[in-house]
Amino acid sequence: MTRYDAPTHWQSRYDHYIGGEYVKPHGGAYFENPTPVTGQTFTEVARGTAPDVEKALDAAHGAADAWGRTSVAERALILNRIADRMQENLESLAVAESWENGKPVRETLAADIPLAIDHFRYFAGAIRAQEGSLGELDDDTVAYHFHEPLGVVGQIIPWNFPILMATWKLAPALAAGNAVVLKPAEQTPASIHYWLSLVADLLPPGVLNIVNGFGVEAGKPLASSARVAKVAFTGETTTGRLIMQYASENIKPVTLELGGKSPNIFFDDVSAASDDFLDKALEGFTMFALNQGEVCTCPSRALIQQGHYSDFLAAAVSRTEQIVQGHPLDTDTMIGAQASNDQLEKILSYLDIGRKEGAKVLTGGSRADLGGDLSGGYYVEPTIFEGDNSMRIFQEEIFGPVVSVTSFADLDDAVKIANDTLYGLGAGVWSRDMNTAYRAGRAIQAGRVWTNCYHAYPAHAAFGGYKQSGIGRENHKMMLEHYQQTKNLLVSYSTKKLGFF
Amino acid sequence: MPVVSVTPAAAELIRSLRGRHGPLMFHQSGGCCDGSAPMCFPAGEFRTGSSDVLLASLAVDGVTEPVEFWMSKSQWELWKHTTLTVDVVPGRGSGFSLEAPDGVRFLIRSHLAP
Repeated sequence: MTRYDAPTHWQSRYDHYIGGEYVKPHGGAYFENPTPVTGQTFTEVARGTAPDVEKALDAAHGAADAWGRTSVAERALILNRIADRMQENLESLAVAESWENGKPVRETLAADIPLAIDHFRYFAGAIRAQEGSLGELDDDTVAYHFHEPLGVVGQIIPWNFPILMATWKLAPALAAGNAVVLKPAEQTPASIHYWLSLVADLLPPGVLNIVNGFGVEAGKPLASSARVAKVAFTGETTTGRLIMQYASENIKPVTLELGGKSPNIFFDDVSAASDDFLDKALEGFTMFALNQGEVCTCPSRALIQQGHYSDFLAAAVSRTEQIVQGHPLDTDTMIGAQASNDQLEKILSYLDIGRKEGAKVLTGGSRADLGGDLSGGYYVEPTIFEGDNSMRIFQEEIFGPVVSVTSFADLDDAVKIANDTLYGLGAGVWSRDMNTAYRAGRAIQAGRVWTNCYHAYPAHAAFGGYKQSGIGRENHKMMLEHYQQTKNLLVSYSTKKLGFF
Repeated sequence: MPVVSVTPAAAELIRSLRGRHGPLMFHQSGGCCDGSAPMCFPAGEFRTGSSDVLLASLAVDGVTEPVEFWMSKSQWELWKHTTLTVDVVPGRGSGFSLEAPDGVRFLIRSHLAP
């Protein structure tokens, strides 16, 4: 076990990063940034407004053309160097991210930061390998298709994986040759600046600009600006619609990732043997508590087939009760703090309505007081509800360590329940029979169906939503095209006129 | 019990926001991150349409006009067996909702409809 000390590398204040330097906010105001670990403020952050966004857009527009013309070899090299710097500083980045968000350092050390590093490397490779196309239309006529960057893009980042989610959006946008204005979440604005302190010298000024602030004050002017060629957003449905609405005013594209209510389906044969696979499936069930449940694809509905329902559920409850909750900077800790007080309050409101609707609490169900300094932090016990799919706890993303369990009869029933949701981002299917797993996976209306695994997020596996879960795919080379225009040169090599005129 | 009601603390915040931002509206969000939370906008900022349902026109003391509370129809289908109370808690932010810079957050508390 290692207990890291609270990180001390923070500046006491972070301004906006615009045009390669830190710039004070136009309005002169700052807001406090507390750590969810203790609830205590550890830095303050510039409160951005429309003039700050305009200044960042000026810088981005000043840099976009040259960056877009920079060779793919050079852009890839810069992304690889960013990855190298992150690798060299993996531990301090992981501790910073844990302190910022409240998540356990074992996750940031093993997942968030390594995944982010690999993501930069993946898009460094993808852009090198990307090719345009040509169509030989006839002996004299060729259609060439070139990928061109969009120019300046706006990106609004969520708070659940502050560095990794920024990376998901930054790496493809920068690889494709765009300049970026990025707004971190107001709940977690600081760790991206620590990251920036490690890599800022690698990027030409203006290619990456960061404007801090609240959604209504800084996010809205960015999302509604006619000077961004595209907006990428991860968040919830109302803001997603609002961003589409702003984009419609400017006829600009958006990519949106808006969450889900992901089913995790366990067929009877999972319990056919007491072996490694069953052990893995039980861990798969318990994945609802990963990152305190603050994951868009949290497997927050567990569907267990009737034949093994009681045995599997009993084992799952026992596995959940072995989750170690504690100080996020302790490497033994499996579940840390919720990211903010309002998030904590929202989860508690769902624990309340779940009970009122008659769902049975099998374990957990309350706020956790971990004592000492941590009493001021935002901790929730991993919670298992048993109920049915019409209950609100089965239909809404609680974004906490809460899973709602129900049973199903057969494949058709499992698919029916799984698809009885407004969303379609993730799903899990567990079976020893790959025919069953395949049929279920193809029938579930979700963009990602983990099959005999869960919560893996490797680069080169497309991630995105069906239904109300959003538009677009991240994590895959196809994301490059979300940050590119297609230029068609239609070329005639004939010297003969057509003969019309 | 009305479909949507407002706690005294939320009413106070609505009055304050009304003073600074003019007439207001709510749209109940769903989904990730700050989802499942009511978003407060200047009236008309969020375009409602045929996919939405107007749940309430809230009368708030000290606010001249009613404050409309909207939700998407598909979401209301799943919520309609409950009644909602708009409350407010200390918080850090949420979408483009107007109250976030004040360090507070609107929150929905739910009850089973009688």
